[in-house]
Amino acid sequence: MSAFEAAAGDGRRYGAGHDQGAEHRQPAAERAGGKPASRRVIVAYGFWVFLLSDIIMFSAFFATYAVLAGATAGGPSGRDLFDLRTVGIETACLLLSSFTCGVASIGARMRRGAWFHGAMAATFIFGAAFLGLEVREFTSMIARGAGPGRSAFLSAFFTLVGCHGMHVTAGLLWLLTMMAQVFAKGYRADILRRILCFSLFWHTLDIIWVALFTTVYLMGAGP
Amino acid sequence: MLGKLTWAAVPLDQPIPLAAGALVIVMIIGVLAWVTLKGWLPYLWREWITSVDHKRIGIMYVLLAMVMLLRGFTDAIMMRSQQALAFRSEGYLPPEHYNQIFSAHGTLMIFFVAMPFMIGLMNLVVPLQLGARDVAFPTLNSVSFWLTATGALLVNLSLVVGEFARTGWLPFPPLSEITYSPGVGVDYYLWSIQISGVGTLLTGVNFVTTVLKIHAPGMTYGRMPMFCWTTLATNLMIVAAFPILTATLAMLLLDRYLGFHFFTNEAGGNTMMFMNLIWAWGHPEVYILVLPAFGIFSEVVSTFSGKPLFGYRSMVAATMAICVLSFMVWLHHFFTMGAGADVNAIFGITSMIIAVPTGVKIFNWLFTMYGGRIVYSAPMLWSIAFMITFVIGGVTGVLLAVPPVDFVLHNSLFLVAHFHNVIIGAVLFGAFAGYTYWFPKAFGFRLHDGLGRAAAWCWIIGFYLAFMPLYVVGLMGMTRRMQHYDIPEWRPWLLIAAGGAAVILGGIVLQIAQLAVSIRRREELRDETGDPWNGRSLEWATPSPPPAFDFAVPPRIQGDEPYWSMKQRAARRARLDDEPTYADIEMPRNSPTGFICAFFATVMGFALIWHIWWMVAVAAVGAYATFVVFAWRDIDEYIVPAETVARIDRANRSARSRALVRMQATP
Repeated sequence: MSAFEAAAGDGRRYGAGHDQGAEHRQPAAERAGGKPASRRVIVAYGFWVFLLSDIIMFSAFFATYAVLAGATAGGPSGRDLFDLRTVGIETACLLLSSFTCGVASIGARMRRGAWFHGAMAATFIFGAAFLGLEVREFTSMIARGAGPGRSAFLSAFFTLVGCHGMHVTAGLLWLLTMMAQVFAKGYRADILRRILCFSLFWHTLDIIWVALFTTVYLMGAGP
Repeated sequence: MLGKLTWAAVPLDQPIPLAAGALVIVMIIGVLAWVTLKGWLPYLWREWITSVDHKRIGIMYVLLAMVMLLRGFTDAIMMRSQQALAFRSEGYLPPEHYNQIFSAHGTLMIFFVAMPFMIGLMNLVVPLQLGARDVAFPTLNSVSFWLTATGALLVNLSLVVGEFARTGWLPFPPLSEITYSPGVGVDYYLWSIQISGVGTLLTGVNFVTTVLKIHAPGMTYGRMPMFCWTTLATNLMIVAAFPILTATLAMLLLDRYLGFHFFTNEAGGNTMMFMNLIWAWGHPEVYILVLPAFGIFSEVVSTFSGKPLFGYRSMVAATMAICVLSFMVWLHHFFTMGAGADVNAIFGITSMIIAVPTGVKIFNWLFTMYGGRIVYSAPMLWSIAFMITFVIGGVTGVLLAVPPVDFVLHNSLFLVAHFHNVIIGAVLFGAFAGYTYWFPKAFGFRLHDGLGRAAAWCWIIGFYLAFMPLYVVGLMGMTRRMQHYDIPEWRPWLLIAAGGAAVILGGIVLQIAQLAVSIRRREELRDETGDPWNGRSLEWATPSPPPAFDFAVPPRIQGDEPYWSMKQRAARRARLDDEPTYADIEMPRNSPTGFICAFFATVMGFALIWHIWWMVAVAAVGAYATFVVFAWRDIDEYIVPAETVARIDRANRSARSRALVRMQATP
C-alpha cells in the first residue's frame, strides 16, 4: 500500500492538472468532529451509501425471486433451463473484469496511461463478453417459449438477472465515458474520484453476481 | 408516431377536469407571461432554477409543496362535498372521476406535499445547523429537486391529458394490472412516482453523507441539534426504503408493459406479494414523514420555552429506535391477509412497541415546556396542537394494532380518520410550525403572528370537525372510498365533516393572507440580527437571509448549544467575540444540470406513459448527454473574495452589537 502511496505522490509531482491541490484545499467547515474529511472521502462515502441502496433494491428482487421460484405455472423450471457451463464462463468473465478494473484503478493512481487504458479496455471486453453470453441465454430461453410472460418464476428470473445485466450495461457506458474523460482531461482530482466511484460500482456488481449465481443458478439447477 | 396519444385523451366531454385543467393552464401561462414581461426570467434562471444553494433549493421545495397542497386540498373538498351530497343519490362526481380524485389526493399529499415540505425544510436548515457551507453534493441536490418537480408535473398533466389512476394512492393489484386498468391512469402514477422517487433517493444519499461527514469543527454527533438527528434518521430510512418502492413499482410496470406475471391472477403471480413489498416501503415512509416533524417540534418547543431540550440523549435514542422499528411493522397494514394468529400477533406487538419511543418524545417535549417561560407564538401553537392531536391519533393507532380490532375496522373510515389524525396532526402541523419558525431565516422578515395564530386555530378546529366524525362513521361500518351511500345514520356526521373541511379552507385562506400581509409589511417585521426568536442553534448565528456561503468563518463549537453559549458570552462581556480573520471562500458554481435533466425526465416519462418509443430513446440520450456535459466542465467553483465576506459579516456584526446594547440597556 505504501508503495502505491509513494507512486501516487510521484504522479502528483509530475501531474500537470491545475486542480491537483483540490484535495488539500478543503474549507475547514467540511470537517467532522475536528477531523478533516477530504472531498475524496465524502464522495466515496456518499457513493457507498448509494450502492447500499442499490443492494437493497436487488434484495427486493431477490426476495421476489425466492417467493416465486416455485411458481412455474406448469412451465419449465430452473433445472430445465439453466446451463451451468455457460453461467460458469459468465462468472469467470465478470470476476476477471473485476480484477482488471482493480488494475485500472492502480494505473489511474500511478498515472500510467498504458496501464489505465489497457486495463479499462480489458474490463470492457470481459464485461461485454459477460453481457453477450447473458443475452444469448435470454434469447435462447425466449425462443424455447420460456420468456418472462410464461410464468411468475420466469418473470422473477428475467427481472433479477436482467436488472443486474442492465447495471453492467450502464457500467460499460460509464467505463467508456471515463476512458474518454481521462484521455481528454488527464488525471484530474475530480476525475480520479469518479474512477474510484466507478470501481466501487463495478465491484459491487460482482458481489451481487456472486449472490445471484448462488441463489438462482446453483440452487436452481441443483437436484 | 404518438403511441396511444390521440385527441380522445383530452377530456372535452367532462366539464370538471376540463375546467380545472383550463384554469391551471391559464394560471401557468399568466405567471409565465408576467415573469417574462417583468424581465425576471434571466434572474430566475441564474439565481433560482440553476441554483445549487441548499437554501434556495429548500425554498423551492417548500413552494412546490404549498402549491401542491392547494391542489390536494381541492381534491379533499370535492370528496367531502361529494359524500355530503351523495346520500341516496349519485352526488355530483361520477364514480370514475371520484376514484381518480381520491387517488390523486393521496398521491399528491404524500409524495408532493409532505415529502417536499419536509425535504425543503431540511435543505434550508440542516447545513446551517451543522455549521456547514452546503450539503455534500450541491448539484445532485438540484437534480433531486427538479426530478421531484417532474413527478408533480406529470401527476398534474394527467388532469388535462388522459386520466389519473383510479386505484387509490397505492395501486393495489390485480386492480392496477392492465386487465382491469387498461387506461394510462396507473402509468401516470407509476412513472411520476418512479421519477420523483429517484430524486428522493438521491436526497437521502446526500443528507446521510452531509449529516455524517460535513460539520463545523467541534460539531460532534452528540452536539447536533435534534432536527439534524431526525434528518439523519429520515434519510437513512429513505436510503433503505425507497429502493424497495422502486423495485415494486418496476415489477408492476413490467406486468403492465411487457406481460410479466408478478402480481397477476394468472401464471403463478402473487397479489399479496405486492402488499408486502409496498408496505415494506410504506410503513417506513410514514416515519420518513413524521420524524423531521418531531425534529421541528423539538427546536420550536425548546426555543419558545427558553430552555434546552429536555432529555436530549433519550430523544436521540428514541429517534433511532423508531428508525429501526419502523421496518418491523409493515404487516399491520394487512392483518386481514390471513397470515395466521402467530404472525399477526408478532406484528401487532411490534406495532405497539413503536409507540413507546414516540411516547418518550411526547414526555420530553412536555418536560421541556415545564418551568419554561413559554412564548405563545404561532409555531408554539402548532406544536401544542400537535401534542394533543398526535396523542389521540397514536391511541387510535395502537387500537388498530390489535389484530381482532383491525379485522373489524380494516378499510373503514376509522382508519382514514386515524392516519389523517397523525399525518395532519404531526406532519402538516410540523411543516407549518417549521415554515413559520424558519421563514425569517429564509427571507429576512417574520410572518404576521396574529394571522398565523388565526390560521392555526382554523386548521385545528377544522381538523377536529372534519375527522372526528369519520371515527364515528367508521365504527358504524362505513368503508372508505364510497362514492355514494344509503344509510341515513351516517349522513349528519358526513355533513359535519364537510363543514370541517370548509373551516380548514378558512385556515388556508388565512395562511395566504398572512403571506400577503407579511410581504406588504416586511419592513416592520424585518429581522435585523438574524436571530428573531432568541434561538439556540447555529442557524440563528447567520444573517437573515444568510449569504450564499452561510458562515463567514467556520464556527468553532465548544458546547452543546453553541449559539446560545455564544450569546451568553457576549452578554457577559457586553461585546461580541473578536472579529475573525476573513479569507476567500470557494463555493460551487450554479449549474443547469438538474433542470435539463428533469426536462428530459419529463419528456421520457410522458413518452413512456403514452408508448411513444422514439421519444423515450431521444430523452434517454439527452439525459446521458447532460451528464457528460456536466462531467466535462473545467471550472466548478467560484471564489467569494475576503473583502465581500468581511463586508457582509461586519454588517451583521454591527446589527448584533446594536441589539446587544439595546438588550443591556433594558433591565
